[in-house]
Amino acid sequence: MKVLLRNPRREIEVPGGRSVDRLLDDLGLSREAHLVICNGTLVPGDARLEDGDTIEVRPVISGGAA
Amino acid sequence: MTAVGSKCRVCKAPAVIDLPRHNAKFCAEHLQQLCRRQMTKAIEDFDMLSPDDRILVAVSGGKDSLAVWDMLIEAGYHADGLYIGLGIGDYSDDSGGYVRRFADERGLTLQTIDLRDTYGYDVPTASRATGRVPCSACGLSKRRLFDKAALDGGYDVVVTGHNLDDEAAVLFGNTLRWDIDYLARQMPVLPAGQGFPKKVKPLVRLTEREMAAWCLVRGIDYVVEECPIAAGNRHLSYKASLNAIEANSPGAKASFYLGFIDRMAPLLVGQSAAAAGELNDCSRCGSPTTGEICAFCRLVEKSSAHEPVPVEMVLRRGKRR
Repeated sequence: MKVLLRNPRREIEVPGGRSVDRLLDDLGLSREAHLVICNGTLVPGDARLEDGDTIEVRPVISGGAA
Repeated sequence: MTAVGSKCRVCKAPAVIDLPRHNAKFCAEHLQQLCRRQMTKAIEDFDMLSPDDRILVAVSGGKDSLAVWDMLIEAGYHADGLYIGLGIGDYSDDSGGYVRRFADERGLTLQTIDLRDTYGYDVPTASRATGRVPCSACGLSKRRLFDKAALDGGYDVVVTGHNLDDEAAVLFGNTLRWDIDYLARQMPVLPAGQGFPKKVKPLVRLTEREMAAWCLVRGIDYVVEECPIAAGNRHLSYKASLNAIEANSPGAKASFYLGFIDRMAPLLVGQSAAAAGELNDCSRCGSPTTGEICAFCRLVEKSSAHEPVPVEMVLRRGKRR
């Protein structure tokens, strides 16, 4: 499945058949700091992602110190 | 994608998000209900807003400021937006576009100030000219201009999109330094007075993840890319540290920040310079300051006289902010 990552924006190919939480763990990304969008829909941590899905892993942490 | 039984805690419809700090999952509708309730509780608990207030929302194009503007309008408040063009290359151009589209699509009033056009400098140039880290030059400029616009425009209150993660990270930094002056001022409401407008933070009970989710389920387009010159700053490292704690102890960030506001902040009343009445009028612009000339006037003087500095040159200067 195609996975879009941000900051910097890039796309990677990852085998399907894993949960959202597992995908984030495998990519070394914090669950508290990211949302996952599958085929245009926001999905929770136990949603299962399959080959053929288009995934966006969206970071939610932002901001300067001001 | 295959559904695996994730259900909304409220209605049992398919969930779109799990929120460990609430030990629950929610569908899009009940995620919004949760967010509305948390914002309303913050507004009521801290006496932030009155129904007939004229509100000025500080908008950046990011998720938090657009979300709070959206939530206030939906709740029936009269809220205009103010966007400041900071001159941070393509990032500022993109950010301004998101803000303008948001306002246009909803028929909202948006004011815009461009630092370069109005004051003769931008954030990269100010950083180089003053020796301030970019986030410091940016924050000083934004605070001063939001205050001025609110006072000049007759607004009752300035709203910012600071969320629970922002406030917990600032509290974490202030606590590491035991900076009593800053700790004493870190409240979700700063009252009007001494030349400052009232400033409030209605999102202090909501996390960044919840605000990003609000934008997604509401169809709000916002700038997802991080500010290129904020990358690597201390504030972001504090957030990462707190999220590592949160992962093992859901609710820790809320407990840390809201516990401070409830139990520690009352002990610090009167400890800040402003509360002690140590402010003067700036000899140039009349704004409140602890010196003769305010920090903003000093920044404008140095920065507007400096040759423009491209954002790329600030990026090359290093990561410590």
